[in-house]
Amino acid sequence: MSDRLAVRKTYKLYVNGAFPRSESGRTYEVTDPKGHFLANAAWASRKDARDAVVAARGAVAKWSGATAYNRGQVLYRVAEVMEGRHAQFCDEVEAGEGLSAGKARAAVDAAIDRWVWYAGWTDKLAAVLGGANPVAGPYFDFSLPEPTGVVAVLAPQQSSLLGLVSVLAPVLTGGNTAVVVTSKERPLPAVTLAEVLATSDVPAGVVNLLTGDAGELGPWLAEHADVDGIDLTGAPPGRAMELEREAAGTVKRVIRPPAQEPDWSADPGLSRMTPFLETKTVWHPIGV
Amino acid sequence: MTHVLDPDALSDRAATPAPQVPPFDDVTRSDAAFRAFLHGLPGVDQVGAEARVAVLGTRSIKTTAKAWAIDTAISMVDLTTLEGSDTPGKVRSLAAKARRPDPGDPTCPQVAAVCVYGDLAGIAREALGNSGIHVAAVATAFPSGRAAREIKLADVKDAVANGADEIDMVIDRGAFLAGRYLDVHDEIVAVKEASGPAHLKVILETGELVTLDNVRRASWLAMLAGGDFIKTSTGKIQPAATLPVCLVMLEAVRDFRNATGRQVGVKPAGGIKTTKDAMKHLVLVNETAGPDWLSPDWFRFGASSLLNDLLLQRQKLRTGHYSGPDYVTVD
Amino acid sequence: MSSPFQYAPAPESRSIVDIAPSYGLFIDGEFVDGTGEAFKTVNPATEEVLTEVSAGSEADVDRAVAAARRAFTRVWGPMRPADRGKYLFRIARLLQERSREFAVLESLDNGKPIRESRDVDIPLAAAHFFYHAGWADKLDHAGLGPNPRPLGVAGQVIPWNFPLLMLAWKIAPALATGNTVVLKPAETTPLTALLFAEICQQADLPPGVVNIVTGAGETGKAVVEHPDVDKVAFTGSTEVGKAIARAVAGTRKSLTLELGGKAANIVFDDAPIDQAVEGIVQGIFFNQGHVCCAGSRLLVQENVHDEVIASLQRRISTLRVGDPLDKNTDLGAINSAEQLARIRELSDIGDAEGAQRWQPDCVLPDRGFWFPPTVFTEVSPAHRIARDEVFGPVLSVLTFRTPDEAVAKANNTTYGLSAGIWTEKGSRILKIADQLRAGVVWANTFNKFDPTSPFGGYKQSGYGREGGRHGLTGNLKGATSS
Repeated sequence: MSDRLAVRKTYKLYVNGAFPRSESGRTYEVTDPKGHFLANAAWASRKDARDAVVAARGAVAKWSGATAYNRGQVLYRVAEVMEGRHAQFCDEVEAGEGLSAGKARAAVDAAIDRWVWYAGWTDKLAAVLGGANPVAGPYFDFSLPEPTGVVAVLAPQQSSLLGLVSVLAPVLTGGNTAVVVTSKERPLPAVTLAEVLATSDVPAGVVNLLTGDAGELGPWLAEHADVDGIDLTGAPPGRAMELEREAAGTVKRVIRPPAQEPDWSADPGLSRMTPFLETKTVWHPIGV
Repeated sequence: MTHVLDPDALSDRAATPAPQVPPFDDVTRSDAAFRAFLHGLPGVDQVGAEARVAVLGTRSIKTTAKAWAIDTAISMVDLTTLEGSDTPGKVRSLAAKARRPDPGDPTCPQVAAVCVYGDLAGIAREALGNSGIHVAAVATAFPSGRAAREIKLADVKDAVANGADEIDMVIDRGAFLAGRYLDVHDEIVAVKEASGPAHLKVILETGELVTLDNVRRASWLAMLAGGDFIKTSTGKIQPAATLPVCLVMLEAVRDFRNATGRQVGVKPAGGIKTTKDAMKHLVLVNETAGPDWLSPDWFRFGASSLLNDLLLQRQKLRTGHYSGPDYVTVD
Repeated sequence: MSSPFQYAPAPESRSIVDIAPSYGLFIDGEFVDGTGEAFKTVNPATEEVLTEVSAGSEADVDRAVAAARRAFTRVWGPMRPADRGKYLFRIARLLQERSREFAVLESLDNGKPIRESRDVDIPLAAAHFFYHAGWADKLDHAGLGPNPRPLGVAGQVIPWNFPLLMLAWKIAPALATGNTVVLKPAETTPLTALLFAEICQQADLPPGVVNIVTGAGETGKAVVEHPDVDKVAFTGSTEVGKAIARAVAGTRKSLTLELGGKAANIVFDDAPIDQAVEGIVQGIFFNQGHVCCAGSRLLVQENVHDEVIASLQRRISTLRVGDPLDKNTDLGAINSAEQLARIRELSDIGDAEGAQRWQPDCVLPDRGFWFPPTVFTEVSPAHRIARDEVFGPVLSVLTFRTPDEAVAKANNTTYGLSAGIWTEKGSRILKIADQLRAGVVWANTFNKFDPTSPFGGYKQSGYGREGGRHGLTGNLKGATSS
């Protein structure tokens, strides 16, 4: 440690490709598990969530309309920029999650590798999940996966980077846009990821990252009529049922939270992509 | 065929004046204009057309409706023989059958017409006498239509001179498929003129046009050229009359009357052998073109063996038991 | 115009069905009396009471779920998958063998034309069992992830519009994937489900694998909320679907919903016009418009509006409305007095909002529940008949000028079940199909169904798919398919 006086950081939200402060003006102190100050984070309000949904909706056409190859390229670019921030992510995960340097490094490695894994899925999903249906008649009939639309993600509270990537990347891979409420107490890797996203080729509004309280923002997002799906993984303990009920009001697609935070290093399979994909089936006669 | 911006630029009209068919007076002014018109007709989705006739094919025609339909179908038959082996004797016996289809039942209606080659039209005319049954003659180098126009017109005039009051002509399918729509049209106009007072049925030979889009275009072409009937087939090519083809032709005559006020008849020919086939066609007429077409003036069946099946079914309805082939006449 | 060709009545004989004076519930392989208050089911075409049916109480549902659980644990779950498949094949064959009986009973209880129950509902129901029978021993190869396993007991609640077909859509995949079933048919149409119970007996299906509990909303609620149900599948209104989603929130229950719709049927100016008109008719008048995916909003390009409407009106005038058992009937009875009241109410609102109502001259029977085929023109997107699901033979016509406008209007709804496109231009079909937010897009056709083809909605039309490989997913643990 040098004796240089540190420049203390006050971070902002990431909405529509920009870094606004919370409209509420609120911030909160982020500390390590032992209570040492790490940074100030913006404390997103319901109006920030509202703005984020508008931004995410605005980005749906462009992101879902991009070719799958292009989405894969853009997402892979994100992984490349993450790799450049590897050390920073390690520091933040180590400090925020209170891990050893080795474990933090393993988590960051896994997070970047997972992002790459999902980047490679964009142009495989239609082949794996879609196909021609041999209907009993003179019709060509095929089914294809399509994105659900705007997905709200309550990111895991514990695993601040690997967990975050594990819930965000699958949403994006399928062509959805996302409004993410980050881990309340461990938001810094998410803030850095926002900087990564801003400096890669992800169109504005595709990912919106709100540092703050899932318990406060969750109900607004669950009830929001212009949110199509919600991942409740990071919902506060005991609140998931209430949020799922609120989501039912607009027939949202819901990922229920696991009983406890899972081991994010396990192979996720397709389980986090398919809940936010719709199957569209198209029929056309076959004739001359 | 070249598409041109000025539809009149390639005008190469033959001398025959086209009939005036408001509001379509100008569509035959040039090859390009006529092509644009015919290709601008709404397309036909084959699967949809087949699905429609399949549903109509499930109509259940029973008791009084069936009796009416059988008698109506008999009265719509163009009793046909079109063989190289046709003789005056064959034609006379067919004419006798046309006048009294069921010798045992005077209430049985007579058929609409006897349809023969032009050289036998005189025999048919003579045999039918004043029965009111029409004499239809195929002409225009039937069935292929492959002859010079002068020969086709001579064929027509000969048939009319022999006593035919209905001419069943074939269109030039080669010209149609090559896109020379105006040639096909003008030939029909010429044949119509040569037919004089005789009614003109225009055979599209839909089995060679293949697509329902072509059937619709050819139907409009024939109606615009002045055909009194449009007819599916010569009976010499398979497939001959099919329900989807008949559906499209009925839609065409319906739409043509809506647009021009002129009603054109429809004649499916070839392959209609059973009463059930005939019922399906009548249902199609009833629910597509409408009841105005439900008369021999506007709908005919070109058939030979159909008549006997209609008679067998008629006997069954009358007596309540099934009949057999010995109870109807071979000719 | 009156035709000389008047089709004589051609009624299908109803002597083939033998309706008992009363029916119990089908639990654990036997018909038992329900402990709830019995209710009557009527023929909507005549208002004649057909029979009396037990209503399942909470206790009855509890017995049914217990039977299903036992069957799952002891018999159906452990059974060799190939044998499960064979039972389904048996059921499929029996449905075919008794198809006429099912068709007549369906038309009597539901009011739909015999032509549809005979040619659509019953054959498709049998086809669903055939299709899923084959899946039973092939799930490892379905590409749904490793080791797919059944969920357990499926609680299923189905609507009255396609009583047997919806039963087949629910039961066939659930059984093929190794689940057992407690199914509640709709209150107004329980009879074919009870006849299906007989088929289960005839097929020697082990007791408890399929349980049928008749009743109204309360019975359905008991099924959905039963704590020992692992999977809830519902087809019906969006309103009830939301309530069910709330009810299962926070539980372990897996849920699939197939809810309402307000489908746009888009007709471009280059459409094959006669087939488009058929498609519009098929889209809105099939099954009296009691179809969640009905093409209830006709979006027609403004430059062909008059021509299309004239053709449509001429075609609608040929529809034969009347006795559902007559083989020539095109449009049958409205399923219930309640539904008829709703159709009337929304149509009256259409009048009040300034839309133009057109109905053909047609004589409706004196008794029973009837509504003539109806077209509203000059409808604007703000009108309620352009937004609310009527679930009846009522078409709302709107216009558009450009493809973008067509898509914007088509998607301007909270529903997203189905849509139609009519155009001869292939690239336009694919573009519009891509832009429509709907689970099923019919291009140059409408209202086609097949067991191999996934069906289900976007947005508030629900989630999960029924049919095809995708339809297996909602019945399996850890299976992944969109």
